[in-house]
Amino acid sequence: MSAAPPPLVTVTENGLYCPAGRFHIDPWRPVETAVITHAHGDHLRQGGTRYLLAEPGLAIASHRLGADHQPTPVKYGEQLQLGATTISLHPAGHILGSAQLRIEHEGQVWVVSGDYKRQPDPTCAPFEPLTCDVFISEATFALPVYQWQPTGEVIEEIFHWWRANRERGLASVLFCYALGKAQRVLAELRAFTDETVYLHGAVNVLTDVYRQQDIEMLPTMPVTGEKKTDYRGALIIAPPSAAGTPWMRRFGDHSSGFCSGWMRVRGNRRRRGYDRGFVLSDHVDWPGLIDTFKSTGASKILLTHGYSDALARYMNELGLSAGALQTAYGDEEQQ
Amino acid sequence: MRTFAALYEELDTTQSTNLKVAAMSRYFREAPPADAAWATYILSGRRLKRFIGPALLKRWLIDEAALPEWLIDESYNSVGDLAETIALLTAGTAHGEAGTDDIALADWIEDRLLPLREAEEDVQRQTITGWWRELPYRQCFLLNKLLTGELRVGVSQLLVTRALADVTGIERTELAGRLMGDWQPGALFWQALHAAESPRTDPAVPYPFFLASPLEGEPGQLGDRDAWQAEWKWDGIRGQLIRRASECHLWSRGEERITDRFPEIVDAAGTLPDGVVLDGEVVAWKDGRIQPFALLQQRIGRKKLTAAILATVPVQFLAYDLLEFNGEDLRAAPLRERRAHLEKLLTNASPILQVSPLVTAPSWEELALARADSRQRNVEGLMLKALDSSYGTGRQRGAWWKWKIEPHSFDAVMIYAQPGQGRRSNLYTDYTFGVWRDRELVPVAKAYSGLSNPEVEQLDRWIRAHTVEKFGPVRSVEPSQVFELAYEGIAASGRHKSGIALRFPRILRWRTDKPASEADTLANLQAVLTPAPDAPANIR
Repeated sequence: MSAAPPPLVTVTENGLYCPAGRFHIDPWRPVETAVITHAHGDHLRQGGTRYLLAEPGLAIASHRLGADHQPTPVKYGEQLQLGATTISLHPAGHILGSAQLRIEHEGQVWVVSGDYKRQPDPTCAPFEPLTCDVFISEATFALPVYQWQPTGEVIEEIFHWWRANRERGLASVLFCYALGKAQRVLAELRAFTDETVYLHGAVNVLTDVYRQQDIEMLPTMPVTGEKKTDYRGALIIAPPSAAGTPWMRRFGDHSSGFCSGWMRVRGNRRRRGYDRGFVLSDHVDWPGLIDTFKSTGASKILLTHGYSDALARYMNELGLSAGALQTAYGDEEQQ
Repeated sequence: MRTFAALYEELDTTQSTNLKVAAMSRYFREAPPADAAWATYILSGRRLKRFIGPALLKRWLIDEAALPEWLIDESYNSVGDLAETIALLTAGTAHGEAGTDDIALADWIEDRLLPLREAEEDVQRQTITGWWRELPYRQCFLLNKLLTGELRVGVSQLLVTRALADVTGIERTELAGRLMGDWQPGALFWQALHAAESPRTDPAVPYPFFLASPLEGEPGQLGDRDAWQAEWKWDGIRGQLIRRASECHLWSRGEERITDRFPEIVDAAGTLPDGVVLDGEVVAWKDGRIQPFALLQQRIGRKKLTAAILATVPVQFLAYDLLEFNGEDLRAAPLRERRAHLEKLLTNASPILQVSPLVTAPSWEELALARADSRQRNVEGLMLKALDSSYGTGRQRGAWWKWKIEPHSFDAVMIYAQPGQGRRSNLYTDYTFGVWRDRELVPVAKAYSGLSNPEVEQLDRWIRAHTVEKFGPVRSVEPSQVFELAYEGIAASGRHKSGIALRFPRILRWRTDKPASEADTLANLQAVLTPAPDAPANIR
C-alpha cells in the first residue's frame, strides 16, 4: 500500500496554507502571498504583501484594503502557476467576486470552497460545481434544521412587511450585512417595486461599489444627518451593528427586521429582539452541503467553520471521510 | 387553525403591546365563538393536558426525518424547542399557507386532538406524523406547541383581558375574575363571558391575585410612613384560601389548585365561617420560624404525601389579606379595614392559620434597619402596602411594593467556556459570566463549580453547538444561557474591566427559565459596593 500523498492544504498559525504552492488561503495574519476567496472581513485581512483574488471582487477588495494594497485580479477559470501547483478560481455564489479555489498538484486536486451558497443570486455568478479529491467546505449552517425557503418567497415577505408598516405609518428598518446581503436584497426587490430605499452609510459605500460594476439594484439614497427626512413608510437598510444605537432615533416608530439564515430559528430572532426575521442566507444550507459533497466526488471532506463537528460525524456515518479543521473564520450573518 | 396560526405569527412578530392587543381583538371579533374561547384559553397561558410525552414525539421524529438520534439531539439543542425542531425537520421550507384548509381551532382541538388521548399509540403516531407531513410550517409548529405545552408568545393574561374588554365592553377586573378557576372552553363559555351579570356559580373560583411591583430606590419617595403598612416578604407559595359552601380550596398564584398538597391548611380552614377568602403565603414553618423555600420544595415535589414528609416539612398559611367575608367581596374596601377584619377573624383560629405580622418600625429609617435583618429571618425583604388601597388585579403599580434585599446572588450570562482539568478535560466546565452594561455583557466572574454532572454534560453539548468563536481552547458562546451565581464578598477593583472583584463566585443554578435580557446589570452589582445612604454600614 502506498503512503497517502502529503496534504495540499494544512492549517498553520497564519491560516490555511498550501506548502507545495507556498501560499496561504484567506490567512488571518499578514503573509507573503494570499489567495482570497472573498472580501468579508474574516477572510480578507490587511497587512499582507500580495493578494490574489477573483476579478469581479477586485473593486470591493481594493475598497476594503485601502490604497496601500493593489490586489491582483484573476479571471474565473484562468489557470495560474503558484510554486509547484496550478491554481484557478471558480464562482462560489456567496457574494460578488467570491470564489472557490482549485489547487492541482501531482495529480491531486483540492478545492477550498470559501463561503458559498447554491441559491441563485442576481448580484454574483452562480456556484460552479467542481470535481476534486479533497473538498474543504464551510459548515456555518450544518444542521438539518437549516433549510432555505425559496428566495422569491422571502423577498415577497420583506415587501409585504414593508407595505404593512407603511399602512401603519411606520418606517421599516431592515438589518442586513453591509457587504453582499444588502445588495442582494436591493437587487431582488426590483421584482416588486422601483421605489427608492434609504441606506446606512456603511451599506451605501458598498452599494456604490456594486453599482459601479453594473449590478442592477433599486435606486437608493443615503440616510443623512442634515435635513429632516420623513421616514414613515420608507424602507431603510442598515448593518446589524446599527441596531440599538442613537442613529436609529431619527426613524421614530419603526418595525425592525433582520435578514439572516439564523432567522430560521425563532429563538435566535427573539433573543435579538427583532420584530421580524427573514430567512435569507448567503451560506449553503444543510441539503446544499450534502448535495455539493456528493457532486464533487471527493473522497475526503474537511470542514472549516460552523457546525463542523456535527457535519463531519454525519458524513462519516454516511461513509464519506470527513474531519474538522480549526480555523479562525467567523460568520458575518451573526453580526 | 390557519387563522389562529396567522394570529400567532402576528403576536410573535411585534413587541408593541398595542399591536398585540389589536391583533387579538380582531381575532376575537371575527372568529367563531368556540374558537375565540379556545384562543382565550390558550393565549392566557393554559395548556391542554399532555397526553404524548416529548420522548415519544422525539422517537417518531427520528423515523420521520430519517436522521440519527444524535443529530436530532444536536438540532434540538441548537433550536431549544421541541415543537419548533419537529416543524423545522418535517414541514419543509415553504411558508406559504394560502390554499390550505382552514379547519376551525375548536374542531382541531375537540375533534382531532382530544380524542387521540384514548387512542392506541400506533394510531396516535400515524395521525400525528401524518399531520407533520401535511401541514404547512406555521400550522405544524402550532400543532406541536399545542401537543407539548404552552405557546409562550409574549402575551400575558393581562393583555388577553385587555383585548377581551375591548371586544365585550366588560370591565377588565370583572373579566379577569371570569377567567379564573376551571372553565370549559366553548361557545357557551364565550357567551357567558359577554354576559352583563357575572355568571359566577362555582364556589371554588378564586379572585385574580393582586401583584406587587419591585421598589426601585428608597421608600421615602412613597411619602408618609404612616400611610403604609409593612410586612415581611415571605419566601413561600402565594396562595388564596377559599372557604365557601362548606368546602375549602387552596389556589396558587399560577392558578393551580394546590388543595391536595396542603391538607393541614385545608383542615384548619374548616374552622373558618363560610364565605371567607384569604390571600396569603404557604410557608414551611418549624420552631416558630419560617424555613428555607428549598424545604417547602421537597414537599411540592412529592407525588404522595407521606406521614414522614408531613412531619419533616410542617406548613403554615400566613394570611395577609381578607378578600371576602360573609360572602361579600371586600376588595374595594381600603386595606386598613380589610386588615382589621382579618385580625379579628383569625384571633382564635388554628395555629396553622396566622396573620402575617406587621413590621412596626415607625420611620422609613428604622424600617430600613429592620429590613437589614431579612437574611437572618429567612425572608426576602419587606412588602409595603398603601393602607388606603383597594385590592387590585394583576400588577398595577402604586399601591403594593416589594422592597427586596440586595442580592448576595445575581443572574449572569455565560459568555466564554473552556475545558476543565484532569477527568473533566474533555468537557467544557470552566465558565466566564457577564452582566449587562448598556447592551454589552461585561465579564464579572469565572466559576467552575455548582452544577450537577448531568447539567455539566448538557451544558457541554450546548456549548459545542453554540460556539461563536474559538480562541485556542476558549470558546465564546451565544450569550443566551443565564445562571444564578452566589459570592462571598464584593470589592472595587481597578484590575477588572467590570471595576469589581467577586470573592468565591459559584453557580447556584442554571436559570433555564430566564432569557439573557433579564440577567443582572453591572449597575446592580456596583450598587452593592456603596451602601445606600440610610442603610447601616455593617450590613455587609
